[in-house]
Formats: sequence, C-alpha cells, structure tokens
Amino acid sequence: MAELFTISLIWSTIRLSTPLILAALGGLFSERSGVINIALEGMMLAGAFTGAAVTYATGSPWIGLLAAIAAGVCIALIHAVASIRYKADQVVVGTAINILMLGLPGFLSGAFFLSSGSTPQLPIEQLIPRAPIVMAFAFVPLTWYVLYRTPFGLRLRAVGENPEAADAAGIDVAKMRYSGVLLSGALAAIGGAYLSIGQASLFTRNMTSGRGFIALAALIFGKWRPVETLLACLFFGFTEAVTIQMQGVVTLPSGEAIPVHFIQMVPYVLTMVVLAGFIGHSRPPRALGRAYEKER
Amino acid sequence: MKLLFPLVAVAAAFVVGGVFVLLIGDDPIETYRLLIGSALWWPDGIGYTLFLATPLIFTGLAVSVAFRAGLLNIGAEGQLYVAAFATAWTGIVFGHLPAAVLVPLCCVAAVGAGAIWGAIPGLLKARFGSHEVINTIMMNFIAVALASYFTQYHYRVPGDAIMQTAPISANAYLPRLGQAMPGFPERIPLNASFVLALLACGAVYVFLWRTKWGYELRAMGSNPTAAEYGGISVRRQIVLAMAISGGLAGMVGINEVLGYRHRYYDGFSDNYGFTGIAVALLGRNHPVGVILAALLFAILTRGGIPVDAFTQHVTKDIVQILQATIILFVAAEAFFRTPLTRLREGLRRGRLNG
Amino acid sequence: MLELRNITKRFGGVLANDHINITVEPGTIHAIVGENGAGKSTAMRVAYGFYSADSGEILIDGQARAINRPHDAIALGVGMVHQHFMLVDTMSVAENIVLGAESGTPFALDLDAAAARIRSLSDEFTLSVDPHALVEQLSVGQQQRVELLKALYRNARLLILDEPTAVLTPREVDEFFAILRGMRAQGKTIIIITHKLAEVLAISDAVTVMRDGKVVGRVNTQDTSAAELARLMVGRDVLLRVEKAVAKPGAVALKVTNLSVGSGVKVGSGFSRTSRILDGVSFDVRAGEIVGIAGVEGNGQRELIEAIAGLVDPARISGDVTFEGQSLAGLDARARRERGIAHIPEDRHRRGLLLEFTLDENVILGVHYRPPVTSGVFIDDKEVRRRTVDILQRFDVRPPDPELPARALSGGNQQKLMIGREFELRPRLLLVAQPTRGVDIGAIEFIHRKLVALRDEGCAVLLVSAELDEVMSLSDRLLVIHKGRIAGEVDPAVAKAGDIGLLMTGGH
Repeated sequence: MAELFTISLIWSTIRLSTPLILAALGGLFSERSGVINIALEGMMLAGAFTGAAVTYATGSPWIGLLAAIAAGVCIALIHAVASIRYKADQVVVGTAINILMLGLPGFLSGAFFLSSGSTPQLPIEQLIPRAPIVMAFAFVPLTWYVLYRTPFGLRLRAVGENPEAADAAGIDVAKMRYSGVLLSGALAAIGGAYLSIGQASLFTRNMTSGRGFIALAALIFGKWRPVETLLACLFFGFTEAVTIQMQGVVTLPSGEAIPVHFIQMVPYVLTMVVLAGFIGHSRPPRALGRAYEKER
Repeated sequence: MKLLFPLVAVAAAFVVGGVFVLLIGDDPIETYRLLIGSALWWPDGIGYTLFLATPLIFTGLAVSVAFRAGLLNIGAEGQLYVAAFATAWTGIVFGHLPAAVLVPLCCVAAVGAGAIWGAIPGLLKARFGSHEVINTIMMNFIAVALASYFTQYHYRVPGDAIMQTAPISANAYLPRLGQAMPGFPERIPLNASFVLALLACGAVYVFLWRTKWGYELRAMGSNPTAAEYGGISVRRQIVLAMAISGGLAGMVGINEVLGYRHRYYDGFSDNYGFTGIAVALLGRNHPVGVILAALLFAILTRGGIPVDAFTQHVTKDIVQILQATIILFVAAEAFFRTPLTRLREGLRRGRLNG
Repeated sequence: MLELRNITKRFGGVLANDHINITVEPGTIHAIVGENGAGKSTAMRVAYGFYSADSGEILIDGQARAINRPHDAIALGVGMVHQHFMLVDTMSVAENIVLGAESGTPFALDLDAAAARIRSLSDEFTLSVDPHALVEQLSVGQQQRVELLKALYRNARLLILDEPTAVLTPREVDEFFAILRGMRAQGKTIIIITHKLAEVLAISDAVTVMRDGKVVGRVNTQDTSAAELARLMVGRDVLLRVEKAVAKPGAVALKVTNLSVGSGVKVGSGFSRTSRILDGVSFDVRAGEIVGIAGVEGNGQRELIEAIAGLVDPARISGDVTFEGQSLAGLDARARRERGIAHIPEDRHRRGLLLEFTLDENVILGVHYRPPVTSGVFIDDKEVRRRTVDILQRFDVRPPDPELPARALSGGNQQKLMIGREFELRPRLLLVAQPTRGVDIGAIEFIHRKLVALRDEGCAVLLVSAELDEVMSLSDRLLVIHKGRIAGEVDPAVAKAGDIGLLMTGGH
C-alpha cells in the first residue's frame, strides 16, 4: 500500500488533474448558467493547438497562452450562438464542435507547418509547466467566490435554475448564458494549452484523448460545485496516475493483481452511479439544457 | 420543403469549407472536385465509398431510432465496440460450427451485445431519470476499456504486438463483392454487410411506421404526455428504444469483423458513432435520408485521401470541418428559417394565384 | 395611480384583452375579478412590462409611460407577485430578494446589508421571514412573503398580486390581509387579481370585473354585493340552450367514494397544511345521464378526471372508484379504456393529440395495439384509413384530409377529432373536460349535440367545464367543486347562474 502514495505519484496526480480542473471549472460556468457543454474536449483542443502554434510563432508561451484563451473563446462563441440564439440542441452542437476540433487543428497545421497534424516541437525555455497548475488550483477558490459572493455569480446561478424568475427580475438571460459559455471556452482552453505548452512541448492530433469528457464527468460527480469538482478531478487524476505508474497491473495490498483497464473504468462507473442518485443527490441546474423562450 | 433544408445546409457548409480552403491559399473548386469526384471512380472510389457507408448507415439508423423516441444516443461508439468484440469472440469460440450456423450466430451476438449496451443507459433513465447523454458517453469509455482488456489478456495471439484478437474462423467470413462479381477486385472490403445495412433500413422503416411498437415509440418521442394518455408505458419504451438503437449500432461489428478484418482490432472505429449522429441529423431521422447522408459522409471520407495527396495545403481534415459545419447548420435550422419561410410563402402565394 | 387605457393584447388568434380600461386610485386596495381566461393576468402583465400591449397606453401617476420590460415597471415603482412564484428554490431568501438589484460592488455581494434591509422591511410590514433560509424549505405562505419583500425592496409603490390567496390556508389569508392593510396604511397601492368574491368584499376598496377579455364593470366595494359581482363575472343569461330530451338514467355506472388525490409535491418542512388537490369527493353517474361539474379551474377537476381515467400515480390516490360494479383500482389507463371508459382531456395539445402526427395516426391513439386496428404486429393501414375517414365525416372535421398533421387543424376541428376518436370506442362512460375550450360557435353546437346523443345511447357522461353556460345547459345533474370538495349540487334546470357562481367561488 505504501507504494501507492509515493511523492512521484502525488506529483503525477497533480499534473494529470490540472487540465481536468481547468476544463471542469469551465464546464461549471457553462452548465450553471443552463447550457450543457459536452464540447469541453473540443475547446481544450482549441487551446492546445493555438497555444503551441502561437508559441512557436512568437517564441513566448505567455502570448501563446493568451492566444489559446482567445481561441477557446471563439470556439465557445460558436457553441453559444448556436445554442442560445438559434436554440439548437445543445448536445448536438457540442458534438459538432468536438468533430470540428478533430479536423481544424490538423487542417491549420497542414497549412502553416506543412505537417500531418502536429506543431513543431518547442524548446524547453518556451514551456510553462508550472503556471497552469498554479492557475488551476487558484481558480478553484476564485470560482467559488465568484459563484457565491458576487452579483455575477448570483445571476448566473439564477439563470441556470429558473430563467423565468431571473427574467422577471430584469436580468438578461441570454447575456448571462453567453458569459457562462465563453468562460468555459477560456478555461478549457487553458487546460488544453497546459497539455501542449506545459507538458508535451507540441501539439499532436487529438491529444486530449477524452479528457474533456472526463472533466465533464468530474463536474457531474462533483455535483456542479467548485470544491467537490476539484476533489473529483483529483480523484480521476489519481486513477490515471495509478494506471500509468503501475504499468499494466495494479497490485492490491491483498496481493491480487487488477489489470489497469478496470482502474480506468472507475471514474466512469462512479459517475454513472452518482448520476443515478446513489451517492448523495446529484441534481443538475434545473434549467440545464433547455433553451429559454420568452413569451412576449 | 422538409427535403430542401438538408440540401441547403450541406450547400452552406460547402461554402464555409470553401472559405477555409481559400484562406489557406488553395482552390476550393479543385478541392471539391477531388473530394467528390474521386469517390465515384470505378472500382476503388465507389467500392470503398459503399464500404465506408456501411457502418455509417448502421449508426445513423441507431441514432435515428433513438431520436424518434426523443432520446439522444451518444453511445453508439461504445455499443459498436462491445458488439464488435462480441462478434469476434463468437467467431473464435464457436469457430468449429458450420458457416450456416456460425454467421447468424455472430450476427445475433453483435446485435445482442449492442442492444444490452444500449439498454443499460435506457434502464437508468427509465428507473432513475438520469440523463442518457452523460450515461452513454460514460458507457463509451467503459466499452473501450472492457474490450481492450479482454483483447489484451485473453484473446490476443501470443507474440502479436498489435492490439487485436486472434482471427475468427473462416466459417464466419462474409463474402466480399469481389467474390460474387467478376471484374471487381477482392481487395476492396465491400461485403455482404452492405446489403444487410440496406435491409436494416427497410426493417427500421417497417418497424417504425407499420408496427404497433414503432407507433408507440414514435408517439412517446413526439409527446410523452399524450402517449401516456394513450396507454403507452413511457418507461418501457425508453428501454426498448435504447436497446433497439444499441442493437443497430452493434451491427457495425458484423461489417467490421465478419466482412473486413476478421478479428477485433483495438480502435478500429473511425468515429462511426459520432458521425452517426451527423448522419441521423442530416437524414432527418428517416431510413432513406440515413442512406443518403451516410453516402455523403462516406464520399467525403473517401475523397479526403486524394485531397490530402493532391492539393498543396489542404489535408483530409477538411472532411471533419465540413461534417461539423453540416451538423451545426442542420441543428441551428432557425438560422435558415426566416429566409426559407419567406421563400416558401412566396412559392405558396405564387401557386395560389397562378 | 395606475391607469390602463384602451389596452389590447392578442396572443395568436386569441384576443386576451379587448380595449380595456382600468383605473386604480392611489393608496387603495383594488380588486380585479373574473373567471379563468377573462384576461385579468394578461392585463396586469402588460402593466408590469412582462408582455407588451398591441395598442393602448399605460399611465402612472397621470403620465403616459413606456413599459416594455419588467425593468421599466420596477423603475417606476411597480412590483408584481405572480401566481406561480418566480423564486429560485436553491437560493436563500436574501439572494432571491436582491437578485437583479444587488447591493455592494460588482466584486462583492453584500448579503449582510441586504439582510439588514430585509429585516427592517419585515418589521415595517410584518412580513417575518429568515433572510438566510433556503426558499425550498419555506412554506408557501412564507414564500409569498419573500415575493412581497422582493417588490418592497425595490421601493414599489404599486403592488400587483396575482391570485395571492390561491395557495393559502384560511388562517394565512387573515394574516395576509392584515399585512395588506398595513401596506395600505403606509401609502402603498395594491391591486389584487382574484376570483374569490368573499375576499374581495373583505379587503378591497374598489373592484373591476372582467369577462372574456373585456371590462364589464367597475364598482366601489361598499356599494356592491357578492351576488352582483358573481353575476357580472359569469354573465347574466345562459347564452346557449341545448335541445335535449329529459334524461332517462339507468343503472349506476360510475361510483366515486371519498376520492382524494394528494398533490405529489413536497410542501415546506414542518408545516401542516393539507396538500390535497382533491379532498374526499363522492358522487355517482348513471348510464344515460350527464353529470356536470362546475367550478373555476384549479379546484381539483383535472385531477378528478385524470384519476378516474387512470393517469394519476396510484400512490397519490385514496378512496374508491368503481365502474359497473367493479373497482378500477390497479387498472392502468389502457385497461380502463378497454373496459369502456373514454376520456377527452382538457388539454388537447399536451394530453390529447400528437400534434406532429397525421390525423390517421391520431385517430388510433389508445387503440393502436389491438384489433381491428392491429392484428398481430402490423397496423392495418386500410382499416386505419377507413376509421379516420369515417370519423372525419361523421364529426365534420375540416379539412377532412387524413394525411394532414394534427397541428394544421383549427382548435375546433382538433376537438372534434378527439371527440370522434373517443366516441368510436362506443364507451359506456365518457370523461370529458372543457370540451369546447378554444372552439368556434358552430363547432360548439355540434359538440354539444354529439354529447347529448351519446347520453341518449345509454352512455354515462361526466362533464367538467369552466363555462357555466355550457355545464348548465348540458348537465342533467350539476355538482359544484371548490377547493377539491363538492360544494353543492343544484338542479341545472332551475338554478340561477349567480348562485352557482357563488358556490364556485367559495361564497354561500
């Protein structure tokens, strides 16, 4: 059992949770305002690609990070306009964005870097391995504060629970939802940028490989609340760290060997269990997923 | 007018794609000529296009049936993985049986595994009200992990570096078009599953519009309150619809394992499940529309390869960009509603006066 | 203080407000009464900016004002408490009250300052409530106080209350009235939208009566009586008289004994209030007679019909329902239909029809699974078509095109289609609610004739209608329902509209 909690494993957990935390916090803002966001995956990819590409072009990872955020916001804008203004089905729109981001980075890197989907490798000096980690953990209390202690957060939550009531109180429901979705794009993009200019030093095709969905699962597991979501992300990051470290087989204290695949499944199974209402009550924002139609 | 709209959406998407191509300095017309034209060459263009369309027809049907019941099945990907593995497993373990028994048995395994994998989120929704979107996404990951596990630990050929199972017995092979039609090369994997896909379309049509079960499913999707009033059990319909949807998605396994690779190959699916959503949407959730939409997406996928090779800058990623744009335009049909409604009103007025 | 001048508002084809004029003096409590659908809520929502009028003016303190959104109304000192509370359950009282009018800076929500102000307002107007409690834990009466505080927090000088006592117990109503009097003493102007005449007489200074989208009267409360108000509300004479022979009732078909339906919704914790929508109802209906249930909507009629039809969760039901001597307990909607019980629901769009489906497909709803429509697995399209054409013809549904989506028909034709569908079952008990809502005059007469004809064939009919004329002229026996109970039975042949109106609104 002692082998499970080595320093390297803890450090690994932190590094693996960071993109999840950022994306999940982004998802939190969007979903709390009432817009389902299954496109966290795509937004992360936008950030990852743009971060790497712009860092290569300018030599500065900070500019790259800013560009990544801008890219995330742009992609989120597509989601927002389609879902809020045109009332398209939010899940379908999210799926479309994910598909878009499977191809767009490759398309652009083919054009700019004449590559088959990857950006050129960046030298070590142009990486920011620590800043995003600090950001991720700092954003958690910040998110908590914004959500529960500022007028913006109050209105955001109201719009996600009961948009009619918010409307009756004079709040612009659409504007609040736009903010939520655009914020999710920005945060998820930082998470993605961390993968490319924080860890891997380049962008490869589909490098998020499902992390956006894991972040979404963590958000649900965390009952759409900042601190619980952080814990969920840490937990999911931990399971991932364990599967990597243990190289195929996890040996329990009792001596049994469990193939890594089953550890991998744990976050997903748990999310389903939580969603069915077994571990406490996971109640989504009441207006989640429903477009708001005003009867004028 | 209902038929016009998907065409408008596709045309608009092509315009957007064209803009992208222009921005990176290539010629859109030339790109599109390659993209679409190459898919129609004989025999490789058409052969591969039809082959690529086969799994899309299955997943398109799967998502369509779910949509008709008012459900979003994002889990076709997981359902087809589980089904493919089950098919391979059946083909290996029961390989000694004669083809006449083994092939149907493998098909049953494919449909059954997919159906079960789809029914689980259905049950969770019916019983606990938990939304099928998240559950099906989770099931996708669990499916891949499970199939991976069984492949790696139990069904791999020892010494094989590739993550795939042992080959299935030859008794389970489905014939390729090349074997039936002289002059058509056998290397093209277009096989009998394509016929199966067309039959499935027919079966879905009959089921949805000619049987009482299909009626109940569609009624529930249209208005659960009225369906309840009509004596239909909404809970049962949810599970049934998800099971049928999963079973249809599972038939991808038949094409993949019995018709193509003859084994389970980890990661074989080229996003068939997600593209199925696009196919269903574009095909307006109707079997005929699904076939047409599946062909379109197959043409795009096939055409992506020469586009990649023969243009200066455009890569085959243009296909995903087009796909995504099509989905967005179809989903956000309100975007087109005003201009299209004006067009329709104008036509109608013209017809009444004329 | 407030004047609505010539306000007209249309929703689609419905004229909700027809050139209405309402004047409210400052510092008074003014009641606006009328039946459901009279247009009272619409008019006030226009005043609050929730809807925009098609034409007309709104004057505040004698000056014409543009009120296009609630924001504008709030700025002018108008506050509204809606019938269905606009509260966010998961947030606290203070959070709900300050939503949209937050104190503090954009970077820090100052809930403490808000709580302090709320407490002082609470004391001033005796609206005691804990600012930090979560709304979902409050009783309905307390939630209402939160809504009032919301308006007062924004310095409302005019308060519009939509059906405020609908959800209160009698004791809470008394407390509520005391609060209103206190507010009036403080110079606030109050408008109450209600249909409860006894309360109007108790609390208001002046009354405006609306009917069918028009204002039909304005009186000072002390100069009028409940009877007069009731008469204005429901109309003087019965407009439609259906030609019908005297009923010849046979054996008892439907027997309802002590039927109660719980609300199924959790009311705030630690609060004793009956949450029964239907409370111990007993009556019977014989074959060959029409029993009518008159009442203002929302008094349990819908639940009564749906409980008998098998559409209510059995866990919420207590009491007995027997049909032709056999209990219906444990039978679902399908089984009841098979027994010969047909149901025409009040909400044809949500309950009764599949709007996106063709007329063919709507005609078979409820019988789609059994012969003659389906033998085995496949639906017999020819039989369906035959059935549809037959029904379209016999029930004068226009346009008689079986392939049209139900959505394309007018309200009256949709209703006739539903009726035709249910009649086709040759039922021995027909449950019908609001049969002519949103239906044009010609179709109304047709539907009434069909109902009487069915009765003459020996069917037992239970009719629920908020249209007093209709239920009086169709019924052989007439029960009045109020707050989930049968308030009384009258003989429709001799009863006066005004008296029934009184029973319907809780008077005597």
